[in-house]
Amino acid sequence: MIGVTGISFRAGDFAIRDVSLRVEDGQYFVLMGRTGSGKSLLVKCICGLIRPESGQIVVGGRDVTNLEPRLRRIGYVPQEGALFPHMDMAHNITFSLRMAGVQHDEALRRSLPIIEMLHLRPLLARGVETLSGGEKQKVALARALGARPAVLILDEPVSSLDEPTRREVCGELRRVHAELKVATIHICHNMKEAADLADRICIMHDGRLVQCGTLDQLRRSPANAAVAALVNADYSS
Amino acid sequence: MPNAREKRTGPSLVAGPRINALSVTSLVMLALFVLIILALIAADIFYVASGKATAERVFAGLFSAQVGHAIWMSLVTSLITLVLVIVFSIPAGYALSRFRFPGRAIVNALVDTPIVMPPVVTGLSLLVFFGTPLGRMIKYALESADWSLTSAIGIVLCQFFVSTSYSIRTAAAAFDLVDRGLEQVALTLGCTRTQAFRRVTLPLARSGLLAGCIMAWARAIGIFGPIMVFVGTGPRVLVMPTTIWLELSVGNIEISLAVALVMLAFAGAGLAVVHALEGGGRWWGR
Repeated sequence: MIGVTGISFRAGDFAIRDVSLRVEDGQYFVLMGRTGSGKSLLVKCICGLIRPESGQIVVGGRDVTNLEPRLRRIGYVPQEGALFPHMDMAHNITFSLRMAGVQHDEALRRSLPIIEMLHLRPLLARGVETLSGGEKQKVALARALGARPAVLILDEPVSSLDEPTRREVCGELRRVHAELKVATIHICHNMKEAADLADRICIMHDGRLVQCGTLDQLRRSPANAAVAALVNADYSS
Repeated sequence: MPNAREKRTGPSLVAGPRINALSVTSLVMLALFVLIILALIAADIFYVASGKATAERVFAGLFSAQVGHAIWMSLVTSLITLVLVIVFSIPAGYALSRFRFPGRAIVNALVDTPIVMPPVVTGLSLLVFFGTPLGRMIKYALESADWSLTSAIGIVLCQFFVSTSYSIRTAAAAFDLVDRGLEQVALTLGCTRTQAFRRVTLPLARSGLLAGCIMAWARAIGIFGPIMVFVGTGPRVLVMPTTIWLELSVGNIEISLAVALVMLAFAGAGLAVVHALEGGGRWWGR
């Protein structure tokens, strides 16, 4: 479980204001909003990469607000995956275990279930530049899951992919989530993607959470015109 | 988005005439500058080959005790300077690249000052500084440990002052090229800030850092003005550039040329390493 309460901070001219949300164990939570609404800033704050001015972040019952990112048990997949280009895929996937002091061979052995689950075995010896967009995202997902996180945060993991690859990666995300039941926060700005995956959706606008609910609730009674436009425009496309 | 081949070949793939005012002007200017450099190097070599300075006398000069000492002094001091440059420029370049702090623009300008400062002024400034109360204290502290500023220490000081700016600037540029997002991901994957720097940022910036350090070393080994003003030309503190000037001033052009050829060889070796690092070993072709 992850609970965010009253998080506020400024980043240049932009401000995240009084954001609260809660994601239960096993829940697939989608955070939606137009580009520039503050979604990525918020999840960076949850990961510990930006310090909030006020508020509290709790992961698995433990207050992590002032903890370093590495101690929060949050797996983070940024946009484009951010794979380490000076390592092959095996070393990318085992990175977190190696940082915990596990030898590479042993770390690779322990990562095999995730590697098999995502069908990554043929990619292990390859470099980043040889991978397609979908393959990069799957390796980044495996790398984030390697540390056995309590919460998984995916920042627009499929928004740069073409439609068939997007569907494939979304299928993998659904399968991995069903199997591991990790509380997941998935950022996107496409309602079709949200509809494919979400148990619950929150809409963010101008640094605030505007409305949360299931897809049906959002479609039936949008809180304002901006939510209605986002939900209906993207879903019908 | 241009593909890799388009990036390499640039405007030649654009439809229309290949020869135009821009391509002709830019290629002619490039060719002229390359010819000037080649002419200077060739002049040194042909001067020896033509017999104006006999090869025997040049080689005799090369293996003389005086030139040997100058080469040795240049190598030792520049390598000590290189160590200091690495110690200072990697952290300082990282700070300039990654941190935003009050007065950063002023700090940036001050870091660049030794690059634009005339060499003689650098030497003069060092002389003046060691005349101030703080400078005198440092001088006395060094002298009480039997270290004089008019020795290898003074040479290292001049080399360090002039060449560190270059390597800090190069290091900052190398770190700028490393995506901060990679460091951030490393932090969420169990790294402390230092581990993220060591495991991710440093390996990715390595080529740029090494190239910067080698250029700083090449700069250090060629410094003349500050050493002339601050250290002088005593027989025990002669380095290659001051030897060239001293021998030239008394008419020993053969010894000057011998040292110049050694310096050219060092510069060539430095450039070869830099280009190998930057270009993945491609020397010829596009």
